Amino acid sequence: MDINILYYLIPSLFMFCCGLYGFITRRNMIAILISLELMLNSVDINFAAFNRFMYNDQLEGMFFSLFAIGLAAAETALAIAIIINVFRVSENIDVDDVVKMKN
Amino acid sequence: MSPVIPLLILVIPLAMFLFLGLCGHKMSHRWAGILGTTGMGVTMVLAYITAFTYFFSGDPSFIDADTHTRLQAILFNQDWLNFYDKLVIRLGFLLDPIAALLLVVITTISFMVHLYSNGYMRDHHGVWEKGFQRFYAFLSLFSFSMLGLVVATNIFQMYIFWELVGASSYLLIGFYYTKPSAVSASKKAFIVTRFADLGFLIGILILSYYTGSFDFTDFTSAPVGGPDSTVYRIDPATPSHILSVFQNSAAPIFMGGSVLTWALVLIFMGGMGKSAMMPLHIWLPDAMEGPTPVSALIHAATMVVAGVYLVARLFPLYLMEPVALDIVVVVGAITALYAAIVACTQIDIKRVLAFSTISQIAFMMVSLGVARPEFHEGLGYMAGMFHLFTHAMFKALLFLCAGALIHAIGSNDYTAMHGLRKYMPVTHITFLVGCLAIAGIIPFAGFFSKDEILTATGEYSTFWYIWMSAVAGLTAFYMFRLYYLIFWWKEHKVPEGHHTPHDQPWTMTLPLVILAAISCVAGFVPMGNLVTWNGVEEVTNPNFFTNLGNLNWGVASVSLAVAIVAIVIATIMYRKENPLPAKMKAALPHLWEWAHHRFYWDELYQFITHKIIFGCICKPIAWFDRHIVDGTMNGMAYVTNKISYAIRGFQSGRIQLYVLWYLIGAVVLAAVTMICVLC
Repeated sequence: MDINILYYLIPSLFMFCCGLYGFITRRNMIAILISLELMLNSVDINFAAFNRFMYNDQLEGMFFSLFAIGLAAAETALAIAIIINVFRVSENIDVDDVVKMKN
Repeated sequence: MSPVIPLLILVIPLAMFLFLGLCGHKMSHRWAGILGTTGMGVTMVLAYITAFTYFFSGDPSFIDADTHTRLQAILFNQDWLNFYDKLVIRLGFLLDPIAALLLVVITTISFMVHLYSNGYMRDHHGVWEKGFQRFYAFLSLFSFSMLGLVVATNIFQMYIFWELVGASSYLLIGFYYTKPSAVSASKKAFIVTRFADLGFLIGILILSYYTGSFDFTDFTSAPVGGPDSTVYRIDPATPSHILSVFQNSAAPIFMGGSVLTWALVLIFMGGMGKSAMMPLHIWLPDAMEGPTPVSALIHAATMVVAGVYLVARLFPLYLMEPVALDIVVVVGAITALYAAIVACTQIDIKRVLAFSTISQIAFMMVSLGVARPEFHEGLGYMAGMFHLFTHAMFKALLFLCAGALIHAIGSNDYTAMHGLRKYMPVTHITFLVGCLAIAGIIPFAGFFSKDEILTATGEYSTFWYIWMSAVAGLTAFYMFRLYYLIFWWKEHKVPEGHHTPHDQPWTMTLPLVILAAISCVAGFVPMGNLVTWNGVEEVTNPNFFTNLGNLNWGVASVSLAVAIVAIVIATIMYRKENPLPAKMKAALPHLWEWAHHRFYWDELYQFITHKIIFGCICKPIAWFDRHIVDGTMNGMAYVTNKISYAIRGFQSGRIQLYVLWYLIGAVVLAAVTMICVLC
C-alpha cells in the first residue's frame, strides 16, 4: 500500500476541526486549552508531512514542528498558571463567568 | 531741523494716552484733566515751533529761495515692518505745507477742547463725569492718531493712523456706553467708515502694486539734490511717469475706466467715508451722541477733514486723471446742497451743526476737485486748504458754544432754548461771530476762504458756481435761523425749580473767546503764500491785507450779497416769534417732511441692509450653513453613532466569539476565492 500525503493530511484536518470545534464551543478553560493543543498538533503534523513529502532534502519543517511543540509546552504552562490564578480569584474556570475584567 | 521736536509732537500725546489710560483711575479727576491739558499744550507749542520754522525760517531744506518753492522734508523715516527689501512699512514724519497747516489746526483745536472739557465734563454742582480720566486718555489717543495721519510719509502709515482715528472716534462717540443710542451710533460710525476704508485699502493695493512703492514722495515729488536726499519738491513729471506705468501695464482699462482712475476713485471712497460725503454721510449726524467737545474736535474740525487731506496729499496724482477729480466735484456739490437743505429743518442744534459740517467739508472737496494748474495756478487747492483751516476754527467754536448751551440748558433742542441772549452773553457773542464767519461776512474768516472756493469753482464751470453760491446762501440762512432760534425768537422761560442759565466757568468760555478771536482774523492769513498745490508761492511778499487786495471783487460782492440776503430772510422769519416759518412749512409740506427726515437715507440704508442684504443674501447663506454644512457634519456623526451602537455587540470580549467570526470570515473568503477561480 502506497502511503501518500493524504494519509497524513486527512487525520490532521480531522484533528484541526475537532480542536476548532472544541475551542469555540467549550466553556471550561482547561478544555479550551486542550482544544488549542489539538489544533497546534495538527499543524505540527502538517509541517512534518509536507517536509517529508515535498522537500525531502531539507529539515525546516521538522525543526518548525519541534519548535512549535516547545512553544506549546511553554504556552500551556503559562495558560495553566493563569487558569490557576483565575480559579483562586473566582472559584470557577468557566469563561462565561470570568467577566471581572470587562467594563 | 532736528527730529527731536517732531518726534515729541507724536510721543507726548501717545505717552499721555498710555499714562492716563493705565494710571488715570488712580489719579484725582482734577489732576488728570490738568495733566492731559498740559500735555496737549506742550504739543501745541512744539507744533507751532515746527510749523513756524517750516514756513518762516527760510531753511534751504524747507524752501527753495530762488524759485520761491516750498519743499517736502522727511524729518525721519524709520523702518517699522520689514517684510523683505521691496516691501517695507515705514513710520516717519513728512513736513510740507499742508502737514504744517494741519499740525497747527489739530493741536490748536485739540488744546481748546482739552481745556474746555475740564469745565464741560462736570455738572453744575462740580461733580465730575464718570470716566473723566478715560475721556482724556481717549482724547490724547485721538490727537496722537490724527497727528500721525497728517505727517505720514507713506500711504500705509496714513492707513494705519486712519484706522486709529476711526477707532478713537468709535471710543469717544460711545463714551456714554450705558446709553443705547450712543452705543449704536458708535457702531454705525465704525461700520460705515470701515466699509469705506475697504475701498481705500483696495485703492492702496492697486496703486502700490503697479508703482512698487507706498511713499507719497514717490507718487508726487522728485528729490532735490541727488537721489539720497530727504528733501523733495512736487514735480508733475513723477505722477505722469506713474500714469505711463499704468498705461503700459497688462490691463490699462478696467470696466470702462483706466486702472489709475479706479485706484484714485477707490482711495477717494475712503475719504468719502471719513469726510461723510454722500452716500456715506449717515454716520456723522448720529455721531453727535458723543460728548460735545468730542464733536467739536473729531466730527467738525479734524478727523472729518481727513478725506479732504487725503485727496490734497495725492493731488498731483489726481491731476493725471481729471475724471477722478470730476467725480470729486459732483459728489461734493451734491452733498453740499443736500446737507444744507437738511440743516434747515433739524431741531437738535448739534444735528444742524453736523449737517453744516458735512456741507462745509463738501465745499472743500469741490474746491479740490475744481483745482487745475491751468486755472489760476491751482487756486482751488489753496482755497480748499484755506477753508479747512478757517472752518476748523469757526466750526469748533460753534460746537463748543453748542456745548455751553447744552450744558446750561440740559437739552439738545432749540425748542428748550429761545431767547438766551441775556442769560449767556459770552456764548451769544461768540456764537454770533461763528455764524458770521460761516456765513461768509467780511471780514470774518469764512468770507475769504469761501470767496476763493467760489472763484475757483467759477473758473471750472458756471453751473457749479451758481450751485455752490446757492449753497453758500443756504448756509447763511440755516446758521442764522439757528442763531435766532437759540438766542431770540421769544423770551426764555425758566421752568420752576430750575436755575437760570448762565455763562460757564472760564475753562469753557476762554476757548470760546480765543476761537472767536481766531475766527475774526484767520481770514487774513496769506494762505497763497503758504499753501499751494506745487509749493510755489503765489504771493511772495505778503502783508496783513494781501488777501483783501487779491479779492476777486466780482465774485466776492455776489457771494456777500447772497449771504446778506439770506441773513435778512432769516432775520425776518426767526428774529421774533411769528407764523412765517409755519406758513412756509405748510406751503412746502413734502420738501419739509423729506428734509426733516434727512431724505430718508437712514431708512434706505435700513431697507438695503436689513431687507436686501440680511434677508436675501445673509439668510439663505445662514440657512445653507446651518442646514447643509452643519447638517452634513452632524449627519456623519449621527450615522457613525448609530452604526457604533448597532455593532458594538461584536466587541463582547469573548475570544470564542471572535474566533467564530474569524472562522466564518475565512470560510467566506475562501469560498469567494474558490468561486472566482473556478468561474
